[in-house]
Amino acid sequence: MNIFTLSFLILSFIFSLVSADEALKPEQYPFSFSKPLGKIDKNSAQRGLQVYIEVCASCHGLKHVAYRNLEGLGYNKDQINAIASQFELDDFPNDEGEIIKRKAIYSDSFVEPYENHNAAKAANNGAYPPDLSLMVKARKDGANYIRSLLLGYTDAPDGFEIGEGYYNKYMAGNIIAMPQPLYGDDVEYKDGTNASLEQEVNDLVTFLTWTSMPDLEDRRSAGLKVIFFLFVMTILFYLSYRKIWSELKK
Amino acid sequence: MESSKKNTKGIINWIDYRLPVVSFLKHSAVDYPTPRNLNYWWNFGSLAGFFLLVQIITGVILSMHYTAHVDHAFDSIEHIMRNVNHGWLIRYIHMNGASFFFIVVYIHIFRGLYYGSYKAPRELLWWLGIIILLLMMATAFMGYVLPWGQMSFWGATVITNLFSAIPLIGDNITQWLWGGYSVDNPTLSRFYTLHFLLPFLIVGVVVLHIVALHTHGSNNPLGIDRKGPQDSIPFHPFYTIKDLFGLSFALTIFFAVVFFAPDFLGHPDNYIPADPLKTPAHIVPEWYFLPFYAILRAIPDKLGGVIAMFSAIFVLFLLPWLDTSKVRSATFRPIYKILFWIFLIDAIILGWVGSKPAEGIYIIISRIATLYYFLHFLILLPLLGKFERNRPLPESIGKPVLAE
Repeated sequence: MNIFTLSFLILSFIFSLVSADEALKPEQYPFSFSKPLGKIDKNSAQRGLQVYIEVCASCHGLKHVAYRNLEGLGYNKDQINAIASQFELDDFPNDEGEIIKRKAIYSDSFVEPYENHNAAKAANNGAYPPDLSLMVKARKDGANYIRSLLLGYTDAPDGFEIGEGYYNKYMAGNIIAMPQPLYGDDVEYKDGTNASLEQEVNDLVTFLTWTSMPDLEDRRSAGLKVIFFLFVMTILFYLSYRKIWSELKK
Repeated sequence: MESSKKNTKGIINWIDYRLPVVSFLKHSAVDYPTPRNLNYWWNFGSLAGFFLLVQIITGVILSMHYTAHVDHAFDSIEHIMRNVNHGWLIRYIHMNGASFFFIVVYIHIFRGLYYGSYKAPRELLWWLGIIILLLMMATAFMGYVLPWGQMSFWGATVITNLFSAIPLIGDNITQWLWGGYSVDNPTLSRFYTLHFLLPFLIVGVVVLHIVALHTHGSNNPLGIDRKGPQDSIPFHPFYTIKDLFGLSFALTIFFAVVFFAPDFLGHPDNYIPADPLKTPAHIVPEWYFLPFYAILRAIPDKLGGVIAMFSAIFVLFLLPWLDTSKVRSATFRPIYKILFWIFLIDAIILGWVGSKPAEGIYIIISRIATLYYFLHFLILLPLLGKFERNRPLPESIGKPVLAE
C-alpha cells in the first residue's frame, strides 16, 4: 500500500465517522440521478413541476428558482410564459405610486404563496411552510428522505401523543406539522401517466432535486472530462518525474 | 550581484541588473539546493501553498457577487450558485478548497512531527507554521459564517460565546466581538472584512515561513544534516517535477470531490437560512475543528474547556523544547515512532467524538483522548528523550541513498 492510498483511507475513515443521526433511515430508491453519472429524468421532473404547482405551491415557495430556469427541464420560452402567467405578483409602484398586480413572466422568480413570513405562519397554525428550492440539499440524503417522508404518513401507534401535528415515521420526533399532502390522483398528468401516490412523489422529488441542484448535469459531465484530463496529466507527470530522476542514478 | 558581472545584454538582464527578480528566483526556486532524499510527504508544503492561492483567487471572485448583510447573504450565495456563470463551480471549489487546505496542512504538520522538523535550527520555522494554522482557523471559521445558514449562525454563536468564559471582562469582550448583543448584522459584516483580510496576512507569514525554511534548507527523512554538495540536488528540475506530479494527483482527488460530492464535507443544515429562534439539534463545526471541539467539550468547566482548547495548539509552540531528543527522524527512534502513531490515532478519535453529541460514553472517550493528547506532549516526549536509545544514524544522506 503506498502512502497516497494510506492517507486517502485514513481520511475517508475520518469522514465516514463524521455523521451522527437519529430517526428512521430513509428508504433508498434508485432515482435517475442517484448514480454518480446519472441525469435528471426530464419527463419525471416536468410531471413533478405539475405536482408542485397544483399541490405544493399553495403553501410552499420556490423563491430561488426563476421561471426562465425551466428551460433546463426542456420547456421553451412560450411554454414557460404560459406556466408563469398562472401566477400574479406585485408590480413595481407605477407613476402614481400605486402597486398593481401583474401576471408573472419568463424572467420572474417563482411567485411566493404568501405576502410575508407572518402571513404564511398565520395560515398554517403557526408553522412556517419552508421554501422548497433547496430542500433536497438541506436534508441529509435529501431525495430519499423527502420521498420516504411523503410516503411515510401512517396512523400513530397506540398511546402516542401527537398534539397539533401528524404522525410520520421518517420525521425526527415522528411529529410533522404538515398534513399528508399527496394521496394519489391529486393531479391529472398531462402526459397521461397514472398518478399513483408513489409516481407523484418520485416525480416531485426529481423536480425538487433539480431545483436544489440545477447545476447537477453540467457539473457531472464537466467533472468527467476534468477527471479524465487530470488522470492523463498525472500519468504524464509521473513518467516525466521518473525520467528526470533517472539521471540521478547514473 | 552575480548577474551584473555577466552579460548585461537582453531585456531580462537589463531588468535583473536593476531589480534582481530573476536571479532571486534562480537562487531560491531553481538552483536552490535541496536534500536528495525527500519522500512524498515533502510534497505537502507546496500543495498547501497552492491551495492557499486557490482560496484567494476563488474567494476574490466570490466577493464580487456576495452581499454581507443578514437579509441578503443567504440569497446572494444562491445567486452565485444559480445565476453567476459557473458560480457553482467557483463556490464549490472555495468550499472544498478550505477542507483540502486543512487536509494538506494537517498532513504537513504530522510529517513535521514524524521527522522532527521542528528541532534546531528550525524552531522559528515551526512557530511560523503554527501561526499560519491559527490564522487559517480564524479565516475558515469566519468564512463558514458568511453563507448565513443555520450552522453559520449557530456555529458563530457557540464559538463567540466561548470568550464570555473569560473572568470579569468576558461578557464585554463577547459584545465587542459581536458589535451588539447577539450574533447579528455587525458580526456578519466584520467577519466578512476579516475573512477577506486574514488570507493576505497568511501570505505574509508564508513568505516568512519560506525565508526561514531556505535559511537552513529542508529537513529530510533521515533527519541528519547535509555533509556536502553530494547530499543535495537542485530544486529544479527534480523537485519541481515531483511537486507537479503530487499536485496533479491531489487535484484529481480534489476535483473528484468538487464535481461529484461537493456537499459531502458540508452540513445540510447550512442550506437552511439562519434562524435565531430555532436551534439545530446538533451544532457541529466543520470537520477540521472537530478534535479541538472535542477537547473543548471534554472539560466540564467552560473556562477550563476554552483554556484546554487553546492550549492544545499553544503546546505546539513549546514542542521544540518539550521533545528533548537530539535525533530528529522517527526512523531512528523506535519508541517515538510508536508514540507518533498512537498520537495520530488519538487525534482521529478526538475528531470522531467531536462529531458526536456530548453525552454518555462519548464524554468519557473525549476525556481520555484529551488527557492523552497533553500527556503525549507534556510528559511522554520530555521523558522519552532521556531514556530512549536511538538506532545508529547513517553517516550522510548521500551514502544510504546511493547504496540502495
